[in-house]
Amino acid sequence: MIKKVYNKIEEWLDSRYDLSPVKEFIAHKKVPVHRHSLWYYLGGITLFLFIIQVLSGILLLLYYKPGEDSAYESIRFIITEVKFGWLVRSIHSWSANLMVLFAFVHMFSVFFSRAFKNPRELTWISGFILLVLAMGFGFSGYLLPWDELAFFATKVGTDIVGVVPVVGETLKVILRGGEDVTGATLSRFFGIHVAILPAITTVLLVLHLLFVQRQGMHEPKEFTELPEDKKKYIPFFPDFALKDLLFWLIVFNILLFLAVYFPWELGPKADPLSSAPSGIKPEWYFMFMFQTLKLLPAHILFLEGELVGVLGFGLVGLLWMLYPFLPFSRSEKKLQITTIIGVLAILFIVVMTIIGYLE
Amino acid sequence: MSQTRRKFINTLLGIGSLGSLGAIFYPVLSYLVPPKIAEAKVKSLKIGTVENFSPDSSKIVKFGRKPAIIVRTEDGEFRALEATCTNLDCIVQYKKDTKQIFCACHNGIYDLHGRNISGPPPRPLGEFQVNIINDEIVITQPG
Ligand code: HEM
Ligand code: FES
Repeated sequence: MIKKVYNKIEEWLDSRYDLSPVKEFIAHKKVPVHRHSLWYYLGGITLFLFIIQVLSGILLLLYYKPGEDSAYESIRFIITEVKFGWLVRSIHSWSANLMVLFAFVHMFSVFFSRAFKNPRELTWISGFILLVLAMGFGFSGYLLPWDELAFFATKVGTDIVGVVPVVGETLKVILRGGEDVTGATLSRFFGIHVAILPAITTVLLVLHLLFVQRQGMHEPKEFTELPEDKKKYIPFFPDFALKDLLFWLIVFNILLFLAVYFPWELGPKADPLSSAPSGIKPEWYFMFMFQTLKLLPAHILFLEGELVGVLGFGLVGLLWMLYPFLPFSRSEKKLQITTIIGVLAILFIVVMTIIGYLE
Repeated sequence: MSQTRRKFINTLLGIGSLGSLGAIFYPVLSYLVPPKIAEAKVKSLKIGTVENFSPDSSKIVKFGRKPAIIVRTEDGEFRALEATCTNLDCIVQYKKDTKQIFCACHNGIYDLHGRNISGPPPRPLGEFQVNIINDEIVITQPG
């Protein structure tokens, strides 16, 4: 019965739009099977979490009201009055964190497997920009409940922009919508969070996925060196897609578990005339940068320590994004420089994050 | 002939496109920078009578658009400082146990004249002049 309807629809579309290229593509797409195949699912999981973000975000939009006198109150209303409002908010917050986490892990897995190499440079670059955008989502979304912690964390986070020479002050004012973090900042962050970032992210995501589809999955060196008859593949459709689905279900269950048993909290409302409470911390994925800034001495040579830190992270981020184009990224030696750099980067991030939380 | 004509038209198109881009970006970029809100410059502020403050206590008030912290010391003196930390913009507090100004964001410490004495703050907090006129406390921006 369903099959019949499905065939009818397909015929109808096929006779009008000629679906053969699509069918051809789906029929031939295959995914290599090897020791490290598990990493192929990480991008898909990140994608799944992004979809959850869009859907739960739209639900939150139905009740959320930006504004100094309404933002906090509307979140209160969502979690106390609206049926399952607490769950929707909790899912949105937890899924945001998981999405950044999976984007990070996905990026490092791509890094270690050398999937960024020619011809996948642009996949890498678009992916890195997606990670930055995901962090932008996190930073702008953090302020929206307008609670004390968010207020001061945003004050600190945006104040750091001010250290950039020449344009820093202007950038800060543009970001804040004024000299200080006020209701104007909230309006801006709201616009950035629900309109600007989703639009840019969607475009980049489409590009990222198109690149991946066009080139097929990267095959690690040990796999390409196998004799042809030893190379194992599974068809993308339905085998890989079903496995994808299985992972999505697992992640969805983890997400629900976290959202239900550890519902996201709402602190006291922000008060621009009260002292900062202790325990002002950025979100965990900013912690390593924040902690580094804190550990830098006040002055390095003739420059302010913070300035050196901010410019340093900007430069390192740029080099990381352009990594596939750096000459040593193509090295084929046994102990590759890429492995060393990757391990050092992870060590640095993990150690700095831990120090940040221990203080 | 047609070559120079093509060149001419291309130049015209190029200049026209650049002009249009400018005509779009200049207003948009200007729009992003929020206008300065004209506000009566506050020179001084009455913050209440002496009785309102018990010794060894503090209060944060709004001076113009910025917060200021008023401290009444143990021996009854009044001090008024800008309350915005010079490190990264948090709002400071008066610590009763150490008799210092403390910023909880990154443990910055100032003395009761606003001098930065430890932690990350790079500069002192501005100090207001405090006058008591008929029991009423008035703080005034220095300079
Ligand atoms: C919002 C965040 C992101 C989403 C939704 C996403 C999604 C995906 C998906 C669905 C795939 C195909 C399956 C896979 O290889 O896992 C993929 C592949 C890829 N991604 Fe991402 N990604 C994101 C972020 C990133 C980041 C941060 C990087 C690196 C800077 C990156 C680099 C790559 C590369 C190089 C591939 C090709 C891997 C291969 O061919 O084996 N992506 N991405
Ligand atoms: S903001 Fe006050 S010490 Fe950092």
